[in-house]
Parts: sequence; C-alpha cells; structure tokens
Amino acid sequence: MRAVRWLPIAPATLLLLLFLAGPIGYCVYIAFTDMQLTGSSSVDFVGFANFRRAFADPAFRNAVWLTLVFTVLSSLVGQNTLGLALAALMRRASRPVRTLTGALVITAWVLPEIVAAFLLYAFFRREGTLNAILGQLHLPTQNWLFTLPILAVSFANVWRGTAFSMLIYSAALAEIPTDVEEAAEVDGASGARRFWHITLPMIRRSIATNLMLNTLQTLSVFGLIWAMTRGGPGDRSQTLPVFMYDQAFLKSLIGYGTAVALLLLLVGSLFSVIYLRLMKVDG
Amino acid sequence: MRPAAVGHGRRRTRQRLAADASLLAVAAAFAVPLLWLLLASVDTEADLRVRVPGSATRDNFSAVLTPDITFTPMLNSLLLCGSSTLLTVVCAALAAYPLSRYRSRLARPYLLTVLFTTCLPITAIMVPVYGLFVQVNLIDTMYGTALFLATSQLPFAIWLMKNFMDGVPLTLEEAAWTDGASMPQTLTRVVLPLMGPGVTVVTIYTFIMLWGNFFVPFMLLLSPDQLPASVSIFTFFGNHGSVVYGQLAAFSILYSAPVLLLYVLIARRLGGGFALGGAVKG
Repeated sequence: MRAVRWLPIAPATLLLLLFLAGPIGYCVYIAFTDMQLTGSSSVDFVGFANFRRAFADPAFRNAVWLTLVFTVLSSLVGQNTLGLALAALMRRASRPVRTLTGALVITAWVLPEIVAAFLLYAFFRREGTLNAILGQLHLPTQNWLFTLPILAVSFANVWRGTAFSMLIYSAALAEIPTDVEEAAEVDGASGARRFWHITLPMIRRSIATNLMLNTLQTLSVFGLIWAMTRGGPGDRSQTLPVFMYDQAFLKSLIGYGTAVALLLLLVGSLFSVIYLRLMKVDG
Repeated sequence: MRPAAVGHGRRRTRQRLAADASLLAVAAAFAVPLLWLLLASVDTEADLRVRVPGSATRDNFSAVLTPDITFTPMLNSLLLCGSSTLLTVVCAALAAYPLSRYRSRLARPYLLTVLFTTCLPITAIMVPVYGLFVQVNLIDTMYGTALFLATSQLPFAIWLMKNFMDGVPLTLEEAAWTDGASMPQTLTRVVLPLMGPGVTVVTIYTFIMLWGNFFVPFMLLLSPDQLPASVSIFTFFGNHGSVVYGQLAAFSILYSAPVLLLYVLIARRLGGGFALGGAVKG
C-alpha cells in the first residue's frame, strides 16, 4: 500500500524520463558517433574522435573563448554587480524613483527573448539609437554589431537579465537586521565601509547562489545572440550554443554538434553540483 | 543632540538624492530601447532610432492585425503554451503532494535531482532532442513540442509547488482523512484550494517562461502555419527585402502584452523574492 501513495509522482517522472533523461542519454550516445544530417545513412561509433576534433578546432576554441567573455562580461560583471548596486541604491532612494526603476528593469526581463533581442538590435545598429545619441554628443560612432559584436550581445544580456539579480539581492538585503547597520553607523563607519565589511559578508550566500544561477542561464543563451548577430560577423559572437547549432544543422554534423552540446551540459552539471552544495549549506 | 540630528538628516537627504540620481541614470538606459518600441509602433515611417513620430497613427497595428501575421501565430502560442502549462501544473501538483506529505528515503534524492535538472542548460540538449523527435515522428507536431516544453519547465514547477505545499498545515488534511476522504479527494478539495495563490504563481510563471521560449519551437516546429509568435516574428525580416520596423514594433507589443499583464498579476508574490527565493534558499 505504501507504493500506491507515491503513485501521483508517476506522470511527472515519466515526462522527465522520456523527454529529459532520454534526450540526455541519446546526447551521450550521438556524441560518440559520426551521425550526419545528410549523406551516408550508416552511423558509426567513433569513440572520442568528436571531442579530439573539438579541442583541435580553432572555431571551437573561439566559441569557448567567446562564451567565457560573454559570461564574465554579462553575468559576473554586468547582471550581478548592477543588480546588487540597484538593490542597494533602492533602499536609499525615494519611493517614486524606486518604483520607476524597478518597473523598467523588470519589464526588460519579462519581455519575450526575441522581442528583447530586436530592441537591442535596433539600439546597436549603425543607424540605431546609440549612434544617434553619440552623434549628438559629438562622440565617435561605429557599427557596433560589426566592430564589437560580443560586447553588444553582452550588454543586451545585461539589459535583459539584471532584474533577476536585482530581485534576489533586494530580498537578501531586506533580511539584514537593521540594528547591525545602525550600530556600525553610530560607530562612525562610512557608507562604503559598512557595505563592504558588513552588508556583503552577510549576503555572501545569496551572492554565491546568484552567481551560479546567472552563469547557468548565460551559458545557455541562444535566441538573444541568434536574433541579434547570428553569431557573426564571421564567428565573432559565436558562443557555444550558436556554434553547436551551426555545426549540427548548417553544416549537418549532428555527431560533432552533439559532442559540443555534451561538453556544454557537463559544464552546466558542474555548476549545478556546486549550486546544490551551496543550497545544502543553507538548508 | 539637535545639531547632530540635523546633520544626520541632511546626510540622509544627500544620500537619497545621490541614490535617486544614480537610479534615474540606470532607468534611462533601460528605458531607451523600450521607448523605441513604443514610438516606432505608432510611426509609419519608423526607422531604427528613437524619434517622435510626426503624427501618431494606428496604421502599424491595423496592418499587422491579420490572420496570417498576428492571429494564427498568437493562437498557436496560446495552444502550445496553454496546453504545456496545464500539463506542467497538473503533473507538478501531483508530484509535489507525496514529496511534501510522505517520508521516504527517496524523497530527498528525488528533490535534489529535480533541483539539479532545473539548472541544466536545456539549450544544450536541443540537437539530440531534434534527432529523437525525427526518429519517433514527433517532429513538426504541436503535441510533441508541447510535451517537451512542459517537461522543460517541470523541474522548477515541482520545486515551487512543493515549497508552497509545505506551507499548508497537515491538520486539515488529517481531519479529511478521518472523515474517510481518499488521497485524490484530499489533494483536490483541501490542499490545492488552500494553496490557491501558490498554484496561480506557478501557473503564471510557467506560462510566461513558455510564451517567451524561442529555441524549442524554432527547432521542433517546421510548418509555417504551426509556428508560435516567438518564431513567426522572423517573417518580418527577409521576405520582401526591407523591414517595416513600425509593424515589427507593433507586433512585438501585441506579442509581449499578455506576459507583461500576467506578470503584473503575480508581481507582488514574485517581487518580494518569494518564488525566486525558493530557488536561492533550500
């Protein structure tokens, strides 16, 4: 009879096994084959050839490097720091300013990915708003999506993703007991010192988990980059998900593309495990 | 005491003004792209930069409000996201019940696996999912895509739902059991009504996430008449060479409106870091 009580868990488990565990297992299998979209119908087991090929492939290393740049710029530096700054400033700001800023930042987050991509595409294009503003200020303009594509897509990801960090940090800051800060203020500690020595250590766990989640989200960004630059010009904004798509579908190398996907999944799993460890400490 | 208090108050005011100024600068940076969207949508001669239209028109909206451009893709989005949201929420509620109510050695590993899955980059498995879907003939089917979309949101939904369910006290259920109610009856008549707001948050959050999802339908659906709005929006580019930016903006507003409105409905619960807090705290 005890087993019957656990029956309600069956539909969810079935879906997860069929549509999540299944594809992941299939992913592991294809990554070791030479499967192609077109041409030969036979699929051969090729061992680690796809992985050896990847590490020797300059295009793959380029994608790894760009993924790193994109993640560090947009997630670690951008979303995380800006989100924390916004949350901290909001505690001191007047109510209408707080409400207005919060609403704008969150709107950027709730908008569908592709709409956000088009908005930032319009912003960064040669004939777009950024250059119009720079021109007004007599500053040099340039074709951002051509000269600095990875910077443009990173900024787009900051614009779109900062709200998440802002919400996490607002919640974390709200939980700090006020008397601790007040005691430090009475002792004459400056605002910056109080923030560095008291506030930051108290929310360090939120910082760690937020960094994990941001990194994981940023690792899998595809639509934003695809719609803004298609990974281009050339391969100058081709992060790993775009590279994976390019190899598997535009070049028809399913086996190779999947090997890249598997590497991405492994990096993601690594971060997930660290995240779970952090959570365990908390609970 | 008095001068000190005045100085203190002045410092507070100065701090507030500095915070206000910094926030307004950031707000302006976030507002510019949104402003383009609003202004371009009422400007028939819109280009890529923010400019106030000579005269506001509704032409862009009436131009895109056709079955081909707006109604079919939006209906597809609604069918796709509505059905997968329903599936996600039902499965998550069912799964959360034993996880929240019964003790078992397997409950914690199960939950940890679910949480682990929440974090996996789903983007990475889209290529093998495509391969599998071709082999089992699910490719280019709405129900196949809906099943995958539902599964992709399921881990987080289970996690949220379980946390909400933990907040419902056991005593009322025990009373229902004493009266001879079965477990499904207890779940549907006692537990779920008590966690109504929680179920609403999970439902709306799932729907918002799925509505904006681009990569999954982009990979799994091929026929133009089945594409949801997140993918069909690309038809504004390329077909006739030049892009009518005003119409693209108008369509983007129509496509974004449902999720923006739904978010406002649950903002208070999410804004307090409540649901998201569930992802940060164990």
